[in-house]
Amino acid sequence: MFGYYLELALRSLKRSPGLTVLMVLAIGFGVAASMTTYAVFRGVSGDPIPWKSSKLFVPRIDMWGPNDSGHVGDPPDALDYTDAMALMRDHRAPLQSAIYLIAPSVIPAGAGRSPIPVDGYAVYGEFFPMLDVPFLYGSGWSADDDAHQAAVAVIGDKLNQQVFGGGNSVGKTIDIEGKDYRVIGVLADWNPQPIFYDVMDTGGYGGGDGPGVFVPLQRAVAVNMANVGANECRVQPVESGFVGLQHSNCVWIAYMAELDSAAAVQSYRQYLDDYAREQRAAGRFAWAPNNRLFDVPAYLEQEHVVPSDTKVSLLVALGLLIVCLVNTVGLLLAKFLRRSGEIGVRRALGASRRAIYAQFLTEAGMIGAGGGVLGLLLTGVGVLSVGLVLPARLAHLARIDPSLLMLTVLVAVVATMLAGLYPTFRASRVQPAWQLKTN
Amino acid sequence: MNMHPILAALRKHKAGVVLIALQIALTLAIVCNAIFIIQQRIDMVRRPTGLNEDNLFLVTQQWVNAPSGDDPASLEKLDSMQQADLATLRNLPDVASISPIRSLPLLRSGSTGGIGLKPLQQKSTIDSNFFYGDEHMLSTLGLQLIAGRDFTAADVQNKGFRDESRSPLTIVTKSIADKLFPHGDAIGKVIYFDSSNTPTTIIGVVARLQSPIDAGEGPLAWNSVLFPVRQDANFARYVLRAKPGRLADAMKAVSPALYAANPMRVLDDRSVRSFADIRAKAYRADVGMAILMGVICLILLGVTAAGIVGLTSFWVGQRRRQIGVRRALGARKIDILHYFQLENLLIAGIGAVVGILLAVGLNLWLITRFEMDRMPVIYVLVGVLAVLALGQAAVFVPARRASNVPPVVATRPV
Repeated sequence: MFGYYLELALRSLKRSPGLTVLMVLAIGFGVAASMTTYAVFRGVSGDPIPWKSSKLFVPRIDMWGPNDSGHVGDPPDALDYTDAMALMRDHRAPLQSAIYLIAPSVIPAGAGRSPIPVDGYAVYGEFFPMLDVPFLYGSGWSADDDAHQAAVAVIGDKLNQQVFGGGNSVGKTIDIEGKDYRVIGVLADWNPQPIFYDVMDTGGYGGGDGPGVFVPLQRAVAVNMANVGANECRVQPVESGFVGLQHSNCVWIAYMAELDSAAAVQSYRQYLDDYAREQRAAGRFAWAPNNRLFDVPAYLEQEHVVPSDTKVSLLVALGLLIVCLVNTVGLLLAKFLRRSGEIGVRRALGASRRAIYAQFLTEAGMIGAGGGVLGLLLTGVGVLSVGLVLPARLAHLARIDPSLLMLTVLVAVVATMLAGLYPTFRASRVQPAWQLKTN
Repeated sequence: MNMHPILAALRKHKAGVVLIALQIALTLAIVCNAIFIIQQRIDMVRRPTGLNEDNLFLVTQQWVNAPSGDDPASLEKLDSMQQADLATLRNLPDVASISPIRSLPLLRSGSTGGIGLKPLQQKSTIDSNFFYGDEHMLSTLGLQLIAGRDFTAADVQNKGFRDESRSPLTIVTKSIADKLFPHGDAIGKVIYFDSSNTPTTIIGVVARLQSPIDAGEGPLAWNSVLFPVRQDANFARYVLRAKPGRLADAMKAVSPALYAANPMRVLDDRSVRSFADIRAKAYRADVGMAILMGVICLILLGVTAAGIVGLTSFWVGQRRRQIGVRRALGARKIDILHYFQLENLLIAGIGAVVGILLAVGLNLWLITRFEMDRMPVIYVLVGVLAVLALGQAAVFVPARRASNVPPVVATRPV
């Protein structure tokens, strides 16, 4: 029977090609606009580390107090050096790291080669296992290396290519800012987006190849490798230079800790409050503890990482899809009711209402499939051309993949069949006797 | 024309009427909000920065193994390196002028701080962007000095990058002068930065200078101050003005000249950027949003127009016989045409009324959810006229076809 309905649908669609093309175009454009904006939205709002984002936490401590007008009740966006170091020293989570942005120059061996500017981070060794950073060769450094400010470095694959021509460079020496470091690990391709471990400096997204170099934080501080990321000050540092920044309560250090259970989270919260109380007792803070502990999804939400333009675009595109569907309902209604006579004859010859439903929903589904195919093409064009209108750091996150393609066709077919429900209902209500009489 | 037959006929096909009206309502709601967004973005991109942007470009470079700058000797070493660069670049044949600079409008990084009217004032009166450069800063940037005087070579100091001590002289933008000294007597007045007790005297006022950080209309957007300070760090930024029409050549000459003077430095493909490039990049997302909204509006209007054509055509086909009867009874072609036009106007009118409510509702929702601004009524009014015109344009072809139905149809069986 289904084959017969397909044939009927095809014949009916051919009878009014203009109307058919109109409906297919409407569905195609509506679905493509929604899917293109959805691809962008999905790209920028994706969970950067889905397997453990709910176990990674960002602590916030209020070291500025409640009088600051710019921060209504919320602690500052990062930690100052004193508190970050205290948290590292207390080491209350199984894995944790303070993090700050560096931009050293790497000087390749051999005469006549220009220094290479690299972006990277000063971190603790636990950064790598905590974020499941993938290594091509070697590994991160140990707690011992942290403690001894060891001159070791983890480098990105691109820097490895530039300096050593690729291959296993573990054990080789690399010149960073005029000092020798031993390469201890080479990263595989690693650049999760949003850059959840450093939202303050990046706003969440960065083009390019990801961080090129990591050095132990205590080592970086010891050799005066200054923070090149953002810093916010409530009170200007008294001393000048990087040392002045360390002694100030300016905030410039990102921090992340892994907490594996609800109990661990609870006790970490308790610890942060206890810490703030201690500081109050010591006279550093003059206010009650005002701390936060966000897991990664909550943190990205809190920092408004997903641009609101992306959400507004998606909503407007969904609005367009709804208009296209209303349009399709109207056109299908016209198309189906025009065939009242035919329906009357079928019903009079014994077709049940169910059969009428099957026949007309098949027709709607076929239009949906047509719209889906057109939608696929247009979504392809749309996603490929987002680079023309969006900044590169966002555009490259919008990707075409099988799940997007399947979703496109599925949305087109299901939406069109939904749109076909009311016209089909009306068609099934056609009174056979009345139709036969007037004809 | 008597409205009664139209209303009676509409009652016969309620579903179709509701669908067209709904479609017009939704279209109106989305299109006027989208056009409002587009207009906002266009206004935003068109705002002048206060700079003379033609022929302006920025050089950012970093020295390798530079002195720390934490002690006076190494600070002087850094400063002499910077002075050498300035001299090198100033002597390039296509360069008209140059100044060291900390940041430029729209660059998305820069330094800010508070301004108070009293020493050690705890809460700042206003916040401001800080620009640092030498005596050539105003002329290179092309700022318009509207009161007081420019910096002279004698005013210029050099300080470490993180040295937060304030200079004794400053030039402020008109927006700051107006806010702090509403009587227009800012010149010679003393202000205090960042709750300090160091007095700084205002010696000049410039018309306009946009924030490096706040690309919108936030509190920082137009509040900028300039200091006659050459900042010394392991990196340096220079703003250059090329001679008219020589921008590309001037930009090309920079890297080789700097490397020739001192090879121990880092310059990459982002190090030399024209201001036009900085502006385009800063507003890329806004322009993109405007284009996207424009495309969606076009599709939306197209789909709605096509829907009206399709459904009206169906109605015309359905009513051929009745049209024939009317024609046979003496109705003119123009009467039939007007009938369908009026019918469409009625449906579109209903849709527009619902659409106005939806449009305002959508705007209010966007305000609460996405910090959008309130949409002026004019957008809704223009939107209403637009959808009514769209309806009339779309209905014309099927209505014309209806008016061409010959009276003889009345005598034929269907």
